[in-house]
Amino acid sequence: MLKTFTWPEYPYVQSDDQKNGTIERRPVIVVGAGLIGLSAALDCARHGIPVVILDDNNTVSIGSRAVCYAKRPLEIWDRLGIADKMVKKGISWNVGKVFFKEDLAYEFDLLPEEGHKMPAMINLQQYYGEEFLVNEAKKHTDLIDLRWKHKVISLTQHDDHTSLQVETPDGVFTMECDWMIACDGANSMVRDMVSAEFTGQFFQDRFLIADVIMKADFPTERWFWFDPTFHKNQSALLHKQSDDVWRLDFQMGWDVDPKAATKPENVIPLIKAMLGNDTEFELEWVSIYQFACRRIDNFRYGRILFAGDAAHQVSPFGARGANTGIQDIDNLTWKLKMVMDGDAPESLIESYDEERAFAADDNLLNSTRSTDFITPKSKSSRIFRDAVLELSKKYEFARPLVNSGRLSLPTPYVTSSLNTVDEDAFDGGMAPGRNCVDAPVVVAGTDGWLLNNLSDDFTLLIFGDAPPLSEIKLGNIRAQIITVGAQLEDKAGMLTARYDGAEGAIYLIRPDHYVAARWRKFDERKTIAALARATGQN
Amino acid sequence: MALNLTRNIDRPDDFYQELLDMQRDMEEDDVQLMNAKLILILSNHIGDHDILSEAMRRAKE
Repeated sequence: MLKTFTWPEYPYVQSDDQKNGTIERRPVIVVGAGLIGLSAALDCARHGIPVVILDDNNTVSIGSRAVCYAKRPLEIWDRLGIADKMVKKGISWNVGKVFFKEDLAYEFDLLPEEGHKMPAMINLQQYYGEEFLVNEAKKHTDLIDLRWKHKVISLTQHDDHTSLQVETPDGVFTMECDWMIACDGANSMVRDMVSAEFTGQFFQDRFLIADVIMKADFPTERWFWFDPTFHKNQSALLHKQSDDVWRLDFQMGWDVDPKAATKPENVIPLIKAMLGNDTEFELEWVSIYQFACRRIDNFRYGRILFAGDAAHQVSPFGARGANTGIQDIDNLTWKLKMVMDGDAPESLIESYDEERAFAADDNLLNSTRSTDFITPKSKSSRIFRDAVLELSKKYEFARPLVNSGRLSLPTPYVTSSLNTVDEDAFDGGMAPGRNCVDAPVVVAGTDGWLLNNLSDDFTLLIFGDAPPLSEIKLGNIRAQIITVGAQLEDKAGMLTARYDGAEGAIYLIRPDHYVAARWRKFDERKTIAALARATGQN
Repeated sequence: MALNLTRNIDRPDDFYQELLDMQRDMEEDDVQLMNAKLILILSNHIGDHDILSEAMRRAKE
């Protein structure tokens, strides 16, 4: 039992389909009510898609798992209605310190750029995020049917639907769905049921997580030690979470006995060595883990789509697990909606694998590199690692080589088939395939933010002369025209600067707020061609 | 610019002796650490990724 958090227990309710023995075809079933599955359900509801979520448990995440949430997932959660609660409950931080042996090697500041609604990074225990998402889902009972104690035990794939056997306390019954989103975690059963490959690199190392409650006056910073005197030849991490809970992470090596290591009589001396004998603390949670960096061979198996840890598993260094999982959903839902409505060809769904597998590979690369630095695999890599750390104390040049985790940033889909390649010259980073950066705007005399004012459909964001139109349409797909200076004003000048809009610019922005195309001048024919391309119709 | 593989070191005998003298009384582990630091310092001085890649390839030949 935790002292700072009481796990909610959600009621199991027997569904009408099970009670009556009827098989009703559902548009979408989400498997797994974790951060990713709940976000998927909320995003489906936002797009008007009715969804059933099945979870084999009846509460939120046990223990503290994900900790750090980056700007981009917070922006996505802002659209789903929980970002304010996350930010309010979470701990914002910017400073990180890296120690080598007894000395400070260097410190960094995330130096968040001004003029963004969301902070660069917050820390919060995963169960809070899930609880906020469950509460939000309960506001949409018209579209979201959240079913606890429903375990998928087998499935059969057909051309246009999936049939699944679901086990509840009342026995086994059959469900059907047009589409399934599998968010059932790193040990995904659905992934096994479709016999997908899930391969990559395993690391022969173990890490001990201890969440402790303490009212210590350590600053709200991320402290990372390489080879500290209190834990020789290993690494250690100290990071603050909400409710005066601190996350401590100790590298333990491969030979440690995992059962013995988590016993209080072994954990407490380790923590005392780190925090000092005088620091009072209480143990909140202890567990030991080993990790792998791997991904599924295809994010799509027919009409089953994989997201989050079910699709990719990374090391915890760099906070890339949950952060990238939320972005899977953001990429998927609008595509699914257009395909389900018949507004875009089914091939649009292929771009989900194309774009998110590309992002997963980028995350896996970053995560593997951090792991290689933190747990060197050979004597020579250990020597180079120590050389970098020693040099970084004295010389600025070595600091970019220190890798205690590269913090999660959205991966630009630079090679995506949905992008229209630039034909005009632009400064700045808002190229096709990039996520839109936020900026302060004024709408009808009220301060607001760009991202909150982009359409849920496509947006044509115009700097300069606008055509006398309110939208561009291709079949049922529409791009709402938003003109800077008309629908929204750029009083701070940040929007124009960030989008290189001073000379006039037109951005075609996808429903997930990624740039699909950009030009210097409006051209209806080119806009429609880019809209077709961005929806898989080329 | 390509990797320079023609003679470029001033007073080669003096340089070589200086390197060996400096490591003469060091423990093997310290020598390896010093060599690693030296590679990193020189790599930063060069900076150019293509040149560094070519140098690494040539060294491994």
